[in-house]
Amino acid sequence: MTFKPPKISSSEITPVRDWLRRREFLTMSAAFAFAAGLPREGHTAPLAASSSDYTVPDKLTPKKDVTSYNNFYEFGLSKDDPANKSDDFKPAPWSIRVDGMVAKPTTFAVENLLKLFPPQERVYRMRCVEAWSMVIPWDGFPLTAILDRVEPLGSAKYVAFESVVRPDEMPGQRGVFQSLSWPYVEALRLDEARHPLTLLAVGVYGETLPSQNGAPIRLIVPWKYGFKGLKSIVRITLTAKQPKNTWSVAAPSEYGFYANVNPSVPHPRWSQATERRIGAGGLFGSSRVPTLMFNGYSDQVAGLYSGMDLQTSF
Amino acid sequence: MKSAMTVGRAWKNASIWLLYFVALLPAGWEFYLGATDNLGADPVKTFERFLGLWAVRLLILTLAISPVRDVVRVNLIRYRRALGLTCFYYALMHFSAYVFLDQELEVHAIIADFVKRPFIMLGMTGLVLLIPLAVTSNAISIRRLGKNWLQLHRLIYAIAICGAIHLSLATKIISIEHWLYLALLTMLILYRCGRPLLKRQRTVDILPAKG
Repeated sequence: MTFKPPKISSSEITPVRDWLRRREFLTMSAAFAFAAGLPREGHTAPLAASSSDYTVPDKLTPKKDVTSYNNFYEFGLSKDDPANKSDDFKPAPWSIRVDGMVAKPTTFAVENLLKLFPPQERVYRMRCVEAWSMVIPWDGFPLTAILDRVEPLGSAKYVAFESVVRPDEMPGQRGVFQSLSWPYVEALRLDEARHPLTLLAVGVYGETLPSQNGAPIRLIVPWKYGFKGLKSIVRITLTAKQPKNTWSVAAPSEYGFYANVNPSVPHPRWSQATERRIGAGGLFGSSRVPTLMFNGYSDQVAGLYSGMDLQTSF
Repeated sequence: MKSAMTVGRAWKNASIWLLYFVALLPAGWEFYLGATDNLGADPVKTFERFLGLWAVRLLILTLAISPVRDVVRVNLIRYRRALGLTCFYYALMHFSAYVFLDQELEVHAIIADFVKRPFIMLGMTGLVLLIPLAVTSNAISIRRLGKNWLQLHRLIYAIAICGAIHLSLATKIISIEHWLYLALLTMLILYRCGRPLLKRQRTVDILPAKG
């Protein structure tokens, strides 16, 4: 149950990376069929996490799918770009600045965060706004723990998050064609941020986060669409005014501030009533399931939005 | 001499069948990859998108035949029917993947999608408009319909517009590859609109030389 910091820092495991590279050469010479199916797990280290009650009973999405099918436009638009084009990304050393309307603005090194807030395992549903979903065992700690540490002022109403900008390491941030404006930013209301389900994840499947999943630390808000859970966070700022979030700036008619999973509010271009649960087994392996209000977390979070019109505040 | 001509004609016929085979090969291969779990985490979406993209690529090639003849003076008209028909086959497979694999034959959801969402409506309209073109692509129809055949087959430009908008709505962000297809489709449609003018200009250029 007690937390042991990883003995091997990620900088010391280059042999593993070389070994993965070797496989890369092998797959390149092998038939395309095999190359296409191979997961690339990047460089991760084991991470000890205690169990928690926050676990849904659904069948877990296979690890190879969780780590090979990602939206992380800083690395590229394709679902496999984050896994294939993140070799240059350096998630260590890393620190997060927590500032704004707080009594004690602080910069935390990630390894210190792990000591301060020992990770727990939480199996959450993850519903993408593109109408697919996964069930993922994250390792992390509640966002509220870090907020307590910096002591938000009474006037703070929102929490703004900022992702990393490193064009040298992230090919999606280079060149003429830029899909979004960087940094990728997201935000929550303070009560949403304080909710016990809201997680800062530092690992997945019992290992530190691979780059494609948002190494070394990312946000998970399981009752909201996946794009709220920004990756590779460098800054958290408490504010009085509602901050901007990337997708609602890019396409205001399609993505809102709240982005709560809601089967009765369709995306203008597609329905949100059902979702395809990603699973093993090829073309006939996945299956469409009904999307649940607040992604199935109604009992825990519906109270946050009582009295609000969720059709307009989407 | 005569036998050389026969060989030439035989090769031309064979090359058309080869084109059908080569153009349909990607669909077969992708299906094989999907059925054997080699299409990544979301094989249904991957397969569906793949078929749609090939329909767009073949549509572009079909539309490019006459500009290529006009501009580069290379006549590939004998391949146009094969390209147009394989475009239709891909659009049909794309639609089937959407109905059977993606929506899992949920008729209510499909109808609701069609009624509410321009994205789906445009895709389906494009496919429906392709049907009369595919049906009248044989030599007998061409002979019977005469001038009307040409009129009817101008529908391909309406189909191109439906396809282009459908493609542009398919993703959250339009990728460079998709922008390229959209640009090519736009250029081909604009070329067709300007073609009568170009022809008139050319006739004017030629006339004094003749006179």
